[in-house]
Amino acid sequence: MRIVAEHLTYTYNEGTPFAARALDDVTLTIEEGEFFGILGHTGSGKSTFVQHLNGLIRLPSSQKHPKKRRAKRGEVLPPAPVLRVGEFDLTDRKTDFTALRKKVGIVFQYPEQQLFAETVKDDVAFGLKSFADKKSQPSAEEIERAVREALTAVGLSYEEVAEKSPFDLSGGQKRRAAIAGVIVTKPEVLILDEPAAGLDPLGKKEVARLLHSLHETWCKTVIIVSHDMDEIAENCTMSAVFEDGRVKYVLPPRELFKHADELLGMGLDIPLVAKLCRELSARGIEIDCDLTADGFVKAVLAKRGQA
Amino acid sequence: MENMNALEFENVSFAYEEGGFHIDKLNFSVAEGELVAVLGHNGSGKSTLARLSNGILTADSGTVRVFGEPLGQKNLYEIRRRVGVVFQNPDNQNVASVVEDDVAFGAENIGLAREEIGRRIDFALSAVGMGSFRNATVARLSGGQKQRIAIAGVLALRPDIMILDESTAMLDPRGRREIVDVVLRLNREEKMTVLMITHYPEEALLCDRAIVMNRGEIVMQGTPAEIFGRHEELLTYNLDLPRIGKLCKTLQEGGMSVRDTLDIQILADDIAKELTCGS
Repeated sequence: MRIVAEHLTYTYNEGTPFAARALDDVTLTIEEGEFFGILGHTGSGKSTFVQHLNGLIRLPSSQKHPKKRRAKRGEVLPPAPVLRVGEFDLTDRKTDFTALRKKVGIVFQYPEQQLFAETVKDDVAFGLKSFADKKSQPSAEEIERAVREALTAVGLSYEEVAEKSPFDLSGGQKRRAAIAGVIVTKPEVLILDEPAAGLDPLGKKEVARLLHSLHETWCKTVIIVSHDMDEIAENCTMSAVFEDGRVKYVLPPRELFKHADELLGMGLDIPLVAKLCRELSARGIEIDCDLTADGFVKAVLAKRGQA
Repeated sequence: MENMNALEFENVSFAYEEGGFHIDKLNFSVAEGELVAVLGHNGSGKSTLARLSNGILTADSGTVRVFGEPLGQKNLYEIRRRVGVVFQNPDNQNVASVVEDDVAFGAENIGLAREEIGRRIDFALSAVGMGSFRNATVARLSGGQKQRIAIAGVLALRPDIMILDESTAMLDPRGRREIVDVVLRLNREEKMTVLMITHYPEEALLCDRAIVMNRGEIVMQGTPAEIFGRHEELLTYNLDLPRIGKLCKTLQEGGMSVRDTLDIQILADDIAKELTCGS
């Protein structure tokens, strides 16, 4: 599913003294199959943007039919917002949002805080049951098969955890179980807000591995929201930077981090390898690499071979 | 008394009812004014250590001493005042809706005089750089600001030891820097003894000493640079090197003669030397 957003603007608490512009004329396309990274610091609008993608935040009604409003003399109407996720037109109030949410799964920050059921099995099955049609509820066997597949996909053993209370799992297992509860509906687009936050280094590595395996076998498009520049550089095929509700850059990480000065100026960090390349450049050595650790080592070794 | 230990564990044992790891005859101490990092993977006993230090958990046997005084039922509240803990999630620690009420909460509970509380709030808020937020609404602050308010609430009790239990884990890079700056300043200028439990190697590197925990035991101790120099050993405890340390290793495996370092300047110098001397 291709995601196309054009002229998206959103204000929290519109019309009150607390009004805060979160998105300001955002135009961004995310191609199917991408491992997409969204960065920017707190309050830059990145979470507001991803919440639009499965209709958790709807476009306010005043904007829904801007074509119907006639421009007063001399007035220029703002361009109509466009938001399409695959075949779903999110500016249309008749869109089937339940069907959309089955296809676009969002894993929030600290998803383990949302576990609630008595057993892992019930917890993972919850989304599946609630998204199903009232008339055609899945059978017990279908549910069990889907839950088993989802748990296996996140690297948990069905036999081991299905009957356990989700609260008896370890921290890393809880997070996996929570992700299983989202992917159980087989979304085509999986969005994760800070998927590795609060984990120890080993846990971070495992999450990255898990996301790559999901990207290969389960969800066509994976979108991560992250503060960790190294995480973006190591994993993403494409990235976008948000600042003050606007999209500043849409570039592959290796191109993006060439704008190091601008990013640092925005209070963002750059990956370790990008920092090293800058230091080397200051010493008269240019290393051209993709900014992953492996890529850097390869480029340096190749350069030494030439010397 | 000279060189008094701020915190001392003597043969402390502790086991959770539900099993898992247990702490068996743990001995360690933190000197007054020291800044110590505690590392270890999830479930290694770091937080248990923090909770034993101020009596949130009670040791099954052994003695916990705070400035020489053994922790017991009688002095539990006095010790809790002296050993302040800041936890991971700021939203679980802020109790009031206005900043000054939130900071005053602990001080009010120990029954300080009104004027004194006012002074403590001033001191605590300026110590964390939030002086101008006295009448702000807590809910409208950023994560880093909320966490600084939580620290201010602890500071208002004038503790002698501060324990940060992954207090930066839920914050963005900017928030994390804010907290680390505050902690470093308190340690250097106010001589506060600090125990910093963290997953971030960059934070551990700022400390005087680091200890590594694994299954309830202290398995490594030393300066942070020493600890991160023992790569193979770290791996056995499910810990990893900082990114830059790992990069040094991979370059060495590729035949480059670069030093083991955590300093980006040194690494850049070494690589530059390797790449230019041959040509």
